Amino acid sequence: MQSTSSPASASAPAAERQGIRVDSVTRRYGAVTAVSDLSLTVAPGEVVAVVGPSGCGKSTLLALVCGLETADAGTVAADPAALMPQRDLLLPWASALDNAALPLRLRGAGRREARAAAHPVLAEFGLAGFEKARPGELSGGMRQRVAFLRTLLAGKPVLCLDEPFAALDAIARADMQRWLADALAREPRTVLLVTHDVEEAVLLGDRVVVMSPRPGRVVADLPVDVPRPRVATDPAVVALRARALQALAGEGAA
Amino acid sequence: MIALLLVAVLLGAWQLYASEGPVDDLILPSPSEIATALWEDRSLLWSNFLVTAQEVAFGIVAALLVGFACATALHFWRPLRRATYPLLVASQAVPIVIVAPLLIVWLGFGMAPKIAIIALICFFPIVVTTLDALGRVDRDTIRLLRTLDASRWSAFRFAEAPAALPAALSGAKIAVAVAVIGAVFAEYSGSSEGLGHLILQAIPQLETARAWAAVVVLAGFAVALFYALDVAQRRLLPWTTNERTS
Repeated sequence: MQSTSSPASASAPAAERQGIRVDSVTRRYGAVTAVSDLSLTVAPGEVVAVVGPSGCGKSTLLALVCGLETADAGTVAADPAALMPQRDLLLPWASALDNAALPLRLRGAGRREARAAAHPVLAEFGLAGFEKARPGELSGGMRQRVAFLRTLLAGKPVLCLDEPFAALDAIARADMQRWLADALAREPRTVLLVTHDVEEAVLLGDRVVVMSPRPGRVVADLPVDVPRPRVATDPAVVALRARALQALAGEGAA
Repeated sequence: MIALLLVAVLLGAWQLYASEGPVDDLILPSPSEIATALWEDRSLLWSNFLVTAQEVAFGIVAALLVGFACATALHFWRPLRRATYPLLVASQAVPIVIVAPLLIVWLGFGMAPKIAIIALICFFPIVVTTLDALGRVDRDTIRLLRTLDASRWSAFRFAEAPAALPAALSGAKIAVAVAVIGAVFAEYSGSSEGLGHLILQAIPQLETARAWAAVVVLAGFAVALFYALDVAQRRLLPWTTNERTS
């Protein structure tokens, strides 16, 4: 079930990696329980797509894994994780190159050094010629690519992607899904991808995890044994999609 | 177009009233007399204008630097903010007319007290707009920077400070008009040159037209300064205007 098992190019050697281990976690905000008794394991190098209804605590799950929030009960253990937020949150005054290179600068690299390191990656991801463009001059898909590059250049073994393509139209989204699958094949990482698009989850994930409405728990965990590259019309993909939708509708795990 | 027409009508009415009406030229000179004074006293006006312009420019720059630094300090350290914000507001309630002569006594007769007075007036709108902008930086952006291991300082340097810069310049734009008034007051309080000084001298000499000419120059200067800051904002911080158009 693990198709991307090659070691990621991030700091710690793969042997010391633990991936993500979320164990019976509960997180409350005042009177609202966002997630309740949630358990989820992601092996190093695995891509897990999490789907669930709006407000089921998907973003909370990512915040917990990234260490932005702490659990009220249960434990979260994960390799260092970088977050790609739902909105791209690019700095409007910085060029595409400087936005992508931001994590390098935050770790103390000089401007020139950071740009030199980010430049080839930008070209590799189809953004050649747009290095100097500010986010306001880029298309939605390009902005998401820059935001993804920024996440990648953070050099963390775990990537937490929060509905990365939700703001795009259907055609741009299909493009970006293909692009992301390519990018992950080239630069394998442990990935936790949150989405509300079941098809996207089946196309990109090694596993699809279905969450219940709030308070969020895991109600189904479906392995995706479909060789890559996957297409939406593949009968195996369609079947998995149907099973995930069924689980979402509350008809129990597959 | 309509604005120009309105100005023309107003000037025409003023001209008619001043030349045909019951008021003396010494009390209300007509626009044509002011225009004549503008031309005839041009070298006098110009040399005094240079002094006032310098005072105002240095004053605004000083206010920008000190205002941004203060806003940053208040932003970083909340207790300081709570302790000094009321004081800051109170400082604005102190009439500059009273403070100006005191500053002249303390700082002498030269350029320094004028810059200090202008900076004092401009400081407040800059601090308030900057502090607001620093506080309104997207919380999600700060959270994102935290996942990228940003320190408090680098979060400020890479996200908060650039976001607050346009606000500081907006504060300076608000301050421009009062900066010019401040310069006149500062010169009233003690000086040997500058447009404020020129006005103060021209009135007892019954050179009313010259005083009006100086006022025209001051008003023109304020307008020019406002648009200069506007251009600077667009040139130095192009993303603030780019985003709206694209």
